Amino acid sequence: MTFDSSLLQSLLFQSVNGFASASGLFLVAAGLSIIFGVTRIVNMAHGSFYMLGLYGAVTLAPRLGAVLGPDLGYWAAVACAALGVAVLGALVEVVLLRRIYGAPELYQLLATFALLLVISDAVLWLWGPEDILGPRAPGLSGAVELLGRNLPRYDVFLALAGPAVLAGLHLLLARSRFGRLIRAATQDREMVAALGINEALLFTAVFALGAGIAGLGGALQMAREPANLAIDLSVLGDAFVVVVVGGMGSIRGAYVAAVLVAQVKALCIALGTVEIGALAFNLSRLTLVAEFLIMALVLVVRPHGLFGRPQAAIPHRGTSEAPLRPLGRPARLALLAGLALLALLPLAEGTFPYAPVLALDMLIAVLFAASLHFIMGPGGMDSFGHAAYFGLGAYGAALAATALGAPTPVALLAGIGVAAAGAVLFGWFCVRLEGVYLAMLTLAFAQIVWSVAFQWEEVTGGSNGLFGVWPDWPFDSRAGLYLAALVLVALALLAIRRMVFAPFGLALRACRDSSLRAEALGIPVARVRWLAFALAGTMCGAAGGLYAFAKGSISPEAISVSRSIDGLVMVLLGGVESLAGPVLGATTLTFLKDNVMRETDYWRALLGALILAVVLVAPGGIAGALRRLRFRAGRAP
Amino acid sequence: MSVLEVEGLAKAYGGVQALGGVSFTVGAGELLALIGPNGAGKSTCFNIVDGQIRPDRGTVRLAGREVTGLPPRRMARLGVGRTFQIAAVFDSLTVLENVQAALIAARRQTFALWRPAATIAREEAQHLLEQTGMADHAGRPASELAYGDVKRLELAMAIASEPLLLLMDEPTAGMAPAERLALIELVKRLTRSRGLAVLFTEHSMDVVFGHADRVVVLAGGQIVASGDVDAIRADPQVRALYLGTGRAAGGRA
Repeated sequence: MTFDSSLLQSLLFQSVNGFASASGLFLVAAGLSIIFGVTRIVNMAHGSFYMLGLYGAVTLAPRLGAVLGPDLGYWAAVACAALGVAVLGALVEVVLLRRIYGAPELYQLLATFALLLVISDAVLWLWGPEDILGPRAPGLSGAVELLGRNLPRYDVFLALAGPAVLAGLHLLLARSRFGRLIRAATQDREMVAALGINEALLFTAVFALGAGIAGLGGALQMAREPANLAIDLSVLGDAFVVVVVGGMGSIRGAYVAAVLVAQVKALCIALGTVEIGALAFNLSRLTLVAEFLIMALVLVVRPHGLFGRPQAAIPHRGTSEAPLRPLGRPARLALLAGLALLALLPLAEGTFPYAPVLALDMLIAVLFAASLHFIMGPGGMDSFGHAAYFGLGAYGAALAATALGAPTPVALLAGIGVAAAGAVLFGWFCVRLEGVYLAMLTLAFAQIVWSVAFQWEEVTGGSNGLFGVWPDWPFDSRAGLYLAALVLVALALLAIRRMVFAPFGLALRACRDSSLRAEALGIPVARVRWLAFALAGTMCGAAGGLYAFAKGSISPEAISVSRSIDGLVMVLLGGVESLAGPVLGATTLTFLKDNVMRETDYWRALLGALILAVVLVAPGGIAGALRRLRFRAGRAP
Repeated sequence: MSVLEVEGLAKAYGGVQALGGVSFTVGAGELLALIGPNGAGKSTCFNIVDGQIRPDRGTVRLAGREVTGLPPRRMARLGVGRTFQIAAVFDSLTVLENVQAALIAARRQTFALWRPAATIAREEAQHLLEQTGMADHAGRPASELAYGDVKRLELAMAIASEPLLLLMDEPTAGMAPAERLALIELVKRLTRSRGLAVLFTEHSMDVVFGHADRVVVLAGGQIVASGDVDAIRADPQVRALYLGTGRAAGGRA
């Protein structure tokens, strides 16, 4: 690499590009940040508002253009889309969020994610699966010449739009009564309520404002990118990184972080392939890794982001959990009998040929959910990115089996090893955070794993994934693989149970209940959590490896954020306060997916409805409902 | 040799001098009360000894070893137990499990992954519960306890590691008067029988003057008086601090 003038030009050129992307990122992150500051809810549906803004603008622009002329029509469409999204945001706040302000953080995150799923399917239903191209921006469609290269005029406009919105927001917050209330509520919500401010109205207005800004961000992108269905999640992932780097609740932080992230990405693209010694790195392929590195670096130095302040601790839901009791003798015998029955299942293959296949799916789901529950329940760490370790295990095993030709058990072990290494690395960062910060960071790590699988085509096969991952003898039959999985999953569940009741599990639960007390007793809280995270990731890797062999393939789609969410739904559906919860939840959800959701194109909306039902109606899940029934039966003579 | 030696502790927040050169010692079997009006620097001083805050100047020595600025976890391992103003126990564990967790941490068996914790240190835990009058509650979830019992459970956990020094931040805050005296008497008994050094902050004067061996009075980040209970009670400066100058002048006449 030589530093000639063309490189310098390329850097400058990409830097303007970076500012243009930063504006888009900032608009989403700023809305997310304002909403969080006042309502303490991390709105997972924020990416959907962005997407709706884009779809709305793309649809409205030609129609309004026909009436108002293309110039006015374009800008009217942007404004109407942003306003429409703001109104929708207000509606969402009144109908849904008001019911969950008092709920645990995890439920709030899941409820807003359910909303994302429902909106995603609503968009699919309204606009169809095809990408929709927007019109060019009138007056800004050309290019300006800069250093001998053509720079799209619209990018220059966008680069300026971000700071303009920043300045507008700053004025609103600094000068208006509404802004003062927002700042006051961000600092001390109880005090604002005590002063007789209409909190309900304030929250609705703030949510509408945040949603509107995100909608505006989406609408402004219409001349740059087509409206598509994947945009909600990808924008959400980026926005999380920006918010974590900038600090929750800080608008300034959101802009600085957006610029930082976008500029580093632009720099990677400008530099292209870099040779260090004999090794060549294509930096333009590593943009997501760069994003991760920035975030990791910031979190090590400032755990609450560049401009963030530590939030007051919110009591964890585990505080009311009943002490865990070991199983009695009858229950143990019943479990052994059940296990024996499951081992005999392949004999029924003649009558129900599909049974071992479904059972294997269930086993994999059980291991996935149980490993997640280990850190969520006893550990109190709500991971929104458990799919990362599933993916590492699956890809590790698949690569070892196909590229290296390793025998099945060795390949599975290799997958588990890769997952363990990933969990040790990511876990180190994650266990230092709590609550929503932890949720966002785990999700961001999972997005990175997904992107690497998606982008690193030479190794992972890109969007197609890896094929021909078939197990060898004796695991090459349905029964063989099923029985092997049964043994593995049973052993893992036994190990989890032993650990939960061992000194380590006691310490893990203790750290969840009161990290202050645990530290004062000499328990190294961070290390206990780290080990739990690593163990959970390792077991999850086994589930991933089994999955690759069960399906014969692995693709990025199988390790996307929806798998992480499936895990959370399994745990909650079963009941987070019970060790049997993940088993019940995983089998139930797998059965539902196989029999109900398969029949429809709108399974996301169904899943969303299921999540909302659990969150709003049955927070204890199946295990909680069973316990209540038993309690009632015990009381009735 | 004193168990705890604090020398020249100073800490400023921005321009405000919260603590300006405070020194005192606590010996084995001694109950030292740290008192003073709000904003006197009690909490700052306490949290520096405990390792939660790093001082600008000064040293903290535990049994002759310098421990200034070590985090709470390390302090615990060197022999410092503590209770909090708002008692902190593990709500989802039973009372017995709470004490077992403390004992397991003290024995550094936290990372044992297989053996059931229920079998570890059961007798010792039971014994600690008997000493603190909590034996009848052993099987109950800690979340069900009355606040006075939570405080006693916390005390049992704090002394489980057989610490040299016990730090108690407002040990009787939030308790009924009768319960208060019972708790501090329990602390005193344990102090004597175990040769424990105790440093505590306290707002209720009947507890301080009824049970402390020595008292250190802070005001404006400085020590204004220190000595035994009678000397402090008679000290005109202390009387002025708590009762106002008029009454203090009248008392002297």
